[in-house]
Amino acid sequence: MYEVIRRDEIVPNIHLMVIKAPGVADKAKPGQFVIIMPDETGERVPFTISDWDREKGTISIFFLEVGISTAKMARIQSGGKLYSVAGPLGIPTSIDKLGTVILGGGCYGIGAIFPIARAMKEAGNRVISIIEARSAYLLYMEDSLKEFSDRLIVSTFDGSKGMKGSVQKVLTKLIDAGEKIDQSYFIGCTFMMMKCSNVTRSHKIKTLVALNPIMVDGTGMCGCCRVTVKGNTKFACVDGPEFDGHEVDWQELFARKSLYLKEEAMAYQTYR
Amino acid sequence: MKNEDKKSSRQHMPEQLPELRVRNFEEVPYGYSPEAAVKEAKRCLNCKKPGCMSGCPVQVNIPKFLSLIAKGDFAAAARTVKEKNALPAVTGRVCPQEIQCESGCILGKKGDPVAIGNLERFCADYERDNNLIELPEKASSTGKRVAVVGSGPSGLTVAGDLVRLGHDVVIFEALHKPGGVLFYGIPEFRLPKSIVEAEIDFLFRMGVEIELDSVIGNIRTVNELLTRDGFDAVFIGVGAGLPAFISVPGMNLSGIYSANEYLTRANLMKAYMFPEYDTPIVRGKNVAVFGAGNVAMDSARTAMRLGADRVRIVYRRSRDEMPARFAETHHAEEEGVEFFLLTAPTRFLGDEKARLTGIECLRMKLGEPDESGRRRPLPVEGSEFKMECDLAIIAVGAGANPLLPGSTEDLKTNKWGYIVADLQTGKTTKRGVWAGGDIVTGQATVILAMGAGRKASDSIHHYLTWGW
Repeated sequence: MYEVIRRDEIVPNIHLMVIKAPGVADKAKPGQFVIIMPDETGERVPFTISDWDREKGTISIFFLEVGISTAKMARIQSGGKLYSVAGPLGIPTSIDKLGTVILGGGCYGIGAIFPIARAMKEAGNRVISIIEARSAYLLYMEDSLKEFSDRLIVSTFDGSKGMKGSVQKVLTKLIDAGEKIDQSYFIGCTFMMMKCSNVTRSHKIKTLVALNPIMVDGTGMCGCCRVTVKGNTKFACVDGPEFDGHEVDWQELFARKSLYLKEEAMAYQTYR
Repeated sequence: MKNEDKKSSRQHMPEQLPELRVRNFEEVPYGYSPEAAVKEAKRCLNCKKPGCMSGCPVQVNIPKFLSLIAKGDFAAAARTVKEKNALPAVTGRVCPQEIQCESGCILGKKGDPVAIGNLERFCADYERDNNLIELPEKASSTGKRVAVVGSGPSGLTVAGDLVRLGHDVVIFEALHKPGGVLFYGIPEFRLPKSIVEAEIDFLFRMGVEIELDSVIGNIRTVNELLTRDGFDAVFIGVGAGLPAFISVPGMNLSGIYSANEYLTRANLMKAYMFPEYDTPIVRGKNVAVFGAGNVAMDSARTAMRLGADRVRIVYRRSRDEMPARFAETHHAEEEGVEFFLLTAPTRFLGDEKARLTGIECLRMKLGEPDESGRRRPLPVEGSEFKMECDLAIIAVGAGANPLLPGSTEDLKTNKWGYIVADLQTGKTTKRGVWAGGDIVTGQATVILAMGAGRKASDSIHHYLTWGW
């Protein structure tokens, strides 16, 4: 059992969870994830590690309540317990001095790009962070990201804050304005990652995305999370989760992610 | 009277009827009654040179435990088995006795060998069900610490052996439940999880510690276990752990599982109890299982129990080459699993949502023997046909998972990625590190992994006492 030090709904439906997991905190690196089971009857679900405190032995994750697992997690109060937390899993982001680096985040990805922004900044890069939300009241982490970004560009779909639009639109504008980008990195829903990859592809900007297929063990044992990248089958849990966004077979990823929609809806409804 | 017992034929193990069990997850064989067990044990001739023992990878004193059952002292029989085998209720169920202990039984020359496996299961079940489990004596503490990576059959054997010899043992398990393949792989109807838990609990009561959710290679490395964490020796028994797929188009359509995934969902995550448990599983109506080993049979029988109309084993060779135990194939057939032999897939077909809808197959014929000694399957030209299928399970074996070897310096692996270890001692190329089971040999059986664990624990004990 793992103690939940803190669980806050920081904006409607998005939660920050700080978990006591000293072994994971000790080794966590940007781009890695944990697999969490909220309780003994729960599923094993991957979550990107957004931050860690090695001294306190804690890690932080952000999650959106979308199904039964996240609904269970959203109901755990500070001081409560998680049944299982395994990690850090996946290959960490490679952090190098590249020049100008774009980090685009939406949804839980706003939190997920944070450790990469910090590491990229510390490695001497010029960091431009772009975040998106439907509306201003759904934005979070702006201050933390600002601290490690040379530029933070906020966008909202309804235009209630920052630029009206999405990461993809901001990105297009930046490129059109002549911004020279050495590498881009996107984390968020699959659709957003695909759209942004399509933008950078035509400009030949190296693009990494953190894929989020369904997983079970997270150690390469089951092959549930297989994705096709450049025509080859890869396991997102051990070969990723980071892949070249220009080479990912997005349609296959969408299809594989939607395999259990019916069951997921049923489990969630029953639970609620 | 005594002579009559000797001549009596092998006691039949009663089973759930196929038409009933095909839709439930309860164990198939019911086990022996005490009377049947005594009768069966009395069939043993107490040979001077017991051929049964030389067939046992962990050297259980078989004549001794059989004679104790014959005398009616079932708990003492169980303790005798446990001196050499920490998991008797498990091995009594899943060992291929017909090619091991029972193949050496002299009675088998003319008739049926003594049902050693059934009796091993009986005494272990009797001891547990009647709360007669006693902790054996432990040697006084040596102050030495051993890390065991993986809690499958080999790791549990090493842990059980070394804790008895007075060493401190900590097991590191990647998943949230201990047992490895015994928990995630072998289905409930063949090996009830409560039994696995009870046998592992025995090790905990002996003083073995466990850290769950600990993926070695990630949360810490083997080097760190030896240096930072102060372990004197490390045993690696992480299993093969990399599913093999088939290189044909459509392999990533939704509705195609590796056997590892299918069985892990069903067994470890208890998806057969969805929605009581949260993990879903595809409940196929037309199921195809590729491969013909024990894992394929487990997958096929699980699919039956999850409500399939048809389950087909699709295998590219013939019945003679099927690697599954006879008992498993027999159980599967009784339950209505069909066998499409000499058949290989050429393409998986899907709908617009990339959901599996069918498989295109090709008939095969057997040619000359290949490097495995089995006759090579060759395609019959123009024999393509399609079968309807909404769930496919790939059970064609496993490879070496590179996660742990790849994170450990100085640990030599062979060209397939398996860890190089001395087969007599389990010693790897890295000082203080042993390995055994499927990560050394490739996919094999529970008992062979336990045998490898035994050799490694002997060697580790020798090292901790006398040095490398």
